[in-house]
Amino acid sequence: MTSEAENPETLSVLDRPNSYIGRAVPRPNLDRLLQGRGLYVSDIELPRMAHVVFVRSPHAHAKINRIDASAAKQMPGVIAVVSGRELSNVITPWVGVLSHLKGLKSAPQNAIAIDRVCWQGEAIAAVVASSRAQAEDGAELVSVEYEELPVVTDMRTALDPATPVIHASLGDNLAFERIHDAGAVDHAFSEADEMVEAEFVFGRHTGVTLEPRAVVADWNAAEARLTIYQGTQAPHMVQNIAALHLGLRESQVRVVCKDVGGSFGIKVHIYADEMATYALSKLLRRPVKFVADRVESFNTDIHARDHRCKGKIGVKRDGTITAFEIDDLTGIGPYSMYPRTSAIEANQVVNLVGGPYVTRNYRARARVVFQNKNVMCQYRAVGHPIACSVTEGLVDLAAMKIGMDSVEIRRRNLIADDGYPCASPSGLRFEQLSHQAALAKIVRMMDYEALRAEQAALRKRNVHRGIGIASFIEVTNPSAAFYGVGGAKISSQDGVAVRLDPQGSVICQTSITEQGQGSEALTAQIVASVLGVSMDRVRVILGDTDNTPYGGGTWASRGAGIGGEAALQATKVLRKNILDIAAAILQSAPGELDIVNNRVVNVADGAPRIELSELGRIVYFRPDTLPPGIQPELMATRHFVPREYPFAFTNGIQASWLEVDIETGFIKLLKHWVVEDCGTIINPQLVDEQIRGGVVQGIGAALFEKCVYDERGQLTNANMADYLFPMAGEMPDIDVGHVVSPTMESELGAKGAGEAGTAGAAAAVTNAVNDALRPFGTIITEIPLTPQVILTALGRI
Amino acid sequence: MKASAFAYARATSVANVLELLSAYGERAKVLSGGQSLLPAMNLRLIAPELVVDIGELGELRGIAVKGSVITIGALTRHADLLKSSEIAAHAPLLKDAVAHVAHPAIRNRGTIGGSLAQADPASELPACMLTLGATIVVCGPGGERRIAAREFFSGIYETALTPQDLLVAVELPVTPRTSTHFFHEFARRHGDYAIVGLAAQAVVTDGRFADLRLGFFAVGDRPLLAMSASRLVGVSITPAVLSEACTALDAELDPPEDQQATSAMRRHLAKVLLTRCVSSLLARPDLCAGASA
Repeated sequence: MTSEAENPETLSVLDRPNSYIGRAVPRPNLDRLLQGRGLYVSDIELPRMAHVVFVRSPHAHAKINRIDASAAKQMPGVIAVVSGRELSNVITPWVGVLSHLKGLKSAPQNAIAIDRVCWQGEAIAAVVASSRAQAEDGAELVSVEYEELPVVTDMRTALDPATPVIHASLGDNLAFERIHDAGAVDHAFSEADEMVEAEFVFGRHTGVTLEPRAVVADWNAAEARLTIYQGTQAPHMVQNIAALHLGLRESQVRVVCKDVGGSFGIKVHIYADEMATYALSKLLRRPVKFVADRVESFNTDIHARDHRCKGKIGVKRDGTITAFEIDDLTGIGPYSMYPRTSAIEANQVVNLVGGPYVTRNYRARARVVFQNKNVMCQYRAVGHPIACSVTEGLVDLAAMKIGMDSVEIRRRNLIADDGYPCASPSGLRFEQLSHQAALAKIVRMMDYEALRAEQAALRKRNVHRGIGIASFIEVTNPSAAFYGVGGAKISSQDGVAVRLDPQGSVICQTSITEQGQGSEALTAQIVASVLGVSMDRVRVILGDTDNTPYGGGTWASRGAGIGGEAALQATKVLRKNILDIAAAILQSAPGELDIVNNRVVNVADGAPRIELSELGRIVYFRPDTLPPGIQPELMATRHFVPREYPFAFTNGIQASWLEVDIETGFIKLLKHWVVEDCGTIINPQLVDEQIRGGVVQGIGAALFEKCVYDERGQLTNANMADYLFPMAGEMPDIDVGHVVSPTMESELGAKGAGEAGTAGAAAAVTNAVNDALRPFGTIITEIPLTPQVILTALGRI
Repeated sequence: MKASAFAYARATSVANVLELLSAYGERAKVLSGGQSLLPAMNLRLIAPELVVDIGELGELRGIAVKGSVITIGALTRHADLLKSSEIAAHAPLLKDAVAHVAHPAIRNRGTIGGSLAQADPASELPACMLTLGATIVVCGPGGERRIAAREFFSGIYETALTPQDLLVAVELPVTPRTSTHFFHEFARRHGDYAIVGLAAQAVVTDGRFADLRLGFFAVGDRPLLAMSASRLVGVSITPAVLSEACTALDAELDPPEDQQATSAMRRHLAKVLLTRCVSSLLARPDLCAGASA
């Protein structure tokens, strides 16, 4: 064993022997989940629990003239039928705005619609019954008299004077507009040798979690306390908002979040259905369960993307990019989502376009408009796929225009790895990125030159393959700059408490949450490594507002970077406290002792001195034998929030290799590569699988997924047969490589990795398709790239 | 997504099924593999009063070859077809086709009788029945009826079955050893319903088709046995001949438009499929200019 320096206190945990950090150790929760012993909300059964089913509007925009529930109320098992007006006695409406998004406006939204529905699928009444089937029977008999109103569906005409205004009180259908102008764009364009413009079109799609949104709300009138069991990413946010709108103090609301079957940003929002369920429990004084079925999920889970973005790039003949300009338009449905708002995605697009590149000349406009469609909001990699597809699409078009290789133009324009710290043209500050190293690495991984040779040879045989490259930046570890500064009660800090038990086991309570990405595993890895115990001794508790420190949860690629650092710091304190007591017991000095493999040892020679279980026995059961004046503290709590940088930006690059069948328009994905830099890697397997899963979601957007609305605002493919979700059979092998630039904001050095895959996959695939179609002079800037789109572009149909 | 309440009967014999169907008529539904029926019930698209479960009727399950006829019981599951050595030997087209039917979980439950009675125009097996010249065996109030496949499918989800009928088996002629086949479908993802598909069976002699049967699916309201195949039989296939056959095929099609494809795209893909089929069956890559299917 090598000596760990004289003072272990200053030693980085990354250097400790037997560290779990950087190792692909199995997730501690795997056995439980694989043996079917997970506890999802759908599994929860409480005494006297009732089930709620919502009667939903078949119209995209209509007045509710009359609701007749008399027949439904007579049905066996039906407990209550509750309208929006009745429920409004229990729960107040909300408005999804944040003060730092200047000018953002929205209208009050009720838990259940009152008088008017604004999208197809909006709930107009709740039927509560003893079983879900009985509630569905009742819902069929609720008769509603609607008066259809004109619908606003096309975002392109939403702001036209002739288009009806959805919320008269707002004056128009413009929810938010942001304009940004940096550098000298006009001058930069005038200096360019070539300019290229294109309009990029992105399909509206959704997250499709394996487990739908689910909640059990249990109002205990005797305690005047509401317990909410919900699959959420942010328990404390739910606690705050439920309390606020039900007229309770936060201490009267407990949010318990057990296992969650996927979230992808879908479950970080406050939905009307869940709010109604809390209110129904309070109204009916009994537990009420709501589990969205698949059709409801498609109609009411937030949708995302749905942008039309015009872009322009200026380039010199030597490849120098002189400027970027974009004009982005997005439609968000009838309300800005609560509490994170639906302006964040467009705002991110403005923030991120051009981000990887040196040029400081950048002009942008983004407009966010209301429509009579389901609400849109943040979903994995908010805004990133739009910004990346626009930026990287423009860069490829520029390269094509000047006849430069797509790798070469990036090599000449990506920010140099020694150019940090610096800022993006939109003013985002970068601590340390590694675009050039990532580019060099991916070129090696894919054997770029050999692929180009293969491509050329196959073209002669009328086989059309393409290579697509996409560099990207990713927002991770957000500080209060994301939501807190805008007035949302969404914590950007996280807390961890660690405790040594008498037998030498460790209990760790953390405010980050687990939805399958491995928060529990990485927390246990950090605690075990820092403390010097084996991982099986560490038990991690998450997802309970009564039993964890206060914090943000898991979203925006923040769990490992923020919650992980809190775990590290808390465990360092516990470790110090243990060594202080050990020194007292052993009549040694804390600096001479270390904890390795569950026991206290000598730093000098590694000789065992005392087992943690023996130390625990003395502290808890025979404190009388300790020297006088010593009060052991075998529980430590620390919190962490990034302060210096508003976001810990990461970067990476993706590449796609695919074949287009030019007769059928079908695309075969042959291979995908990713190199990304998330700083310190805690568990390489978890990181790589996050990347791969993200890539698959990005490929879904590129090739398959789209919520298809007709002109009447009807969602026409709200099922798993017609909404094409990416499936394993069509996915390529995805090779993942890393460059490591730890953030100096934390001792752990970890940045986020959860959204990197999604950020760049669609851009890489789209660029590859255009590369494959180059002999035909065809450029497609619309996703999903369906066979219909490709055959049409090729003029075959 | 819970089905409306319904009565359930586990049938004890074919006679018992017919009795129940005779009493309930359109208010009853036969439950075979349940892969189409149960989702439709859970979505409340249909609400039968009685579900007649025929799962216990062992006599409706199994594959038998007798002389030149293969008899497949209605309850034979897709997975059984896929692993049957009789099917592999005597109706290999069917084996290739079944591999495209949905996913293993669905193939483990879904049955050939259920698929044919459902008669989805985009599904694989009805087209195979046309191509292979199958006879559909039906039991009804008047006794047993034997219906040629080309008479059986009459529209979207419509067949010659009445609400009182039970599909009990299909009979296929054993395909001659000299025969060859081609199966391909264009679907967005493996296991999806086809945008356009083709099940073809041919006899090739000296580089020419001595016989050619082309069963297209997802090109109209029912599977189509293309008459244009006749233009390719007994002649030397040149690009011009093939092009004429494509034009003739186009006239036979009445493809629907849906979210995956316009009618024009289906017409285009049907012609691509025909070209690739002929090229493959004759081992003539020169006929097929584009990339592999």
